[in-house]
Amino acid sequence: MDNVILSQRLREAFPQALTSMSEFRGELQVVLPREHLVAVAQFLRDTPELRYVYLENLCGVDYLGREPRFEVVYHLLSLSNRHRVCLKVGVPEADPTVPTLTVLWPTANWQEREAYDMFGIIFRNHPSLERILMPEDWEGHPQRKDVPLGYEEVAFTFNQDAIYAQKHFVRE
Amino acid sequence: MGIEQKAGDLGMFTTTLETAVNWGRTRAMWPLLFGLACCAIEMMGAQASNYDLSRFGMELNRPSPRQADLMIVAGRVSRKMAPVVRRLYDQMSDPKWVIAMGDCASCGGVYNNYAIVQGVDEIIPVDVYVAGCPPRPEALIDGIMMLHEKVSQEKLIEPGKREPIHVKSNNLIQVALPNKKA
Ligand code: SF4
Repeated sequence: MDNVILSQRLREAFPQALTSMSEFRGELQVVLPREHLVAVAQFLRDTPELRYVYLENLCGVDYLGREPRFEVVYHLLSLSNRHRVCLKVGVPEADPTVPTLTVLWPTANWQEREAYDMFGIIFRNHPSLERILMPEDWEGHPQRKDVPLGYEEVAFTFNQDAIYAQKHFVRE
Repeated sequence: MGIEQKAGDLGMFTTTLETAVNWGRTRAMWPLLFGLACCAIEMMGAQASNYDLSRFGMELNRPSPRQADLMIVAGRVSRKMAPVVRRLYDQMSDPKWVIAMGDCASCGGVYNNYAIVQGVDEIIPVDVYVAGCPPRPEALIDGIMMLHEKVSQEKLIEPGKREPIHVKSNNLIQVALPNKKA
């Protein structure tokens, strides 16, 4: 299996669906609209010749200022062919939803929860889309680039009096 | 010279209750089995055979806060963990002490961001701050010895205010920063 054969197979199976295909450092990257994500993933997983059975990675990306703003990236590995492929799905800010892949790979469950927690991308039909890293009552999605990183002024000898006067310390 | 000679013929000697109680408190101060991040590795190092914390009667890490006297906050405290830390502290029975081990627990360290509590003294009172990222086991032990010294000077009648101590890791000199206000 190599990228040429794989891209051929994908083009034969989905002549209309794929937006673009490119190669980066020897890895095939397939950009596709979210409507076709589950079909393409299932094709990659279940076709006997391909067998991309292992979802290695699922993560969100925030390209602030680009349209679509978000992207969900999937890395699949074929254990039998020792070959990887990368799927990318653009997600607009106004409607940040993507179909879930938990139906195909149970491991997608927590990874999608992380992408939801960090970027606010909503995975449709996910069995329990809750926060996984941040506290449940947290507001916002901290890895969005327009969310402030949060910074407190560092206390040094010359300014510690002013800082400690405002900082809240507990006693007993 | 053993204690037999000191005790004399009657086999007894006198001291103040305060000394005896403080002696008991410092000589068997059991820490809570509680590591939060990379600093916990150095805490384990301090307890393992090279540094051997059991020399000070501290070999027994209690996994239950009810049986622990000392909380060593070893590592950065995330905002999600903060309620748990506070709860564990509240569950410890009095008297109890806290060591903030490492830069992260003392002031947030390199993680000056939304996810990390900027110093565990925002949620629980701290007795000794040990600087370093991570502090070497010697620094932690030095902090513990300082805490022991502090405990041995406690008064039973008026427990008084607990002022924090700061331990610098590189030369293990005690740095008093008394202007850290309540
Ligand atoms: S002070 Fe350093 S070693 Fe300790 S928890 Fe923070 S980053 Fe880790």
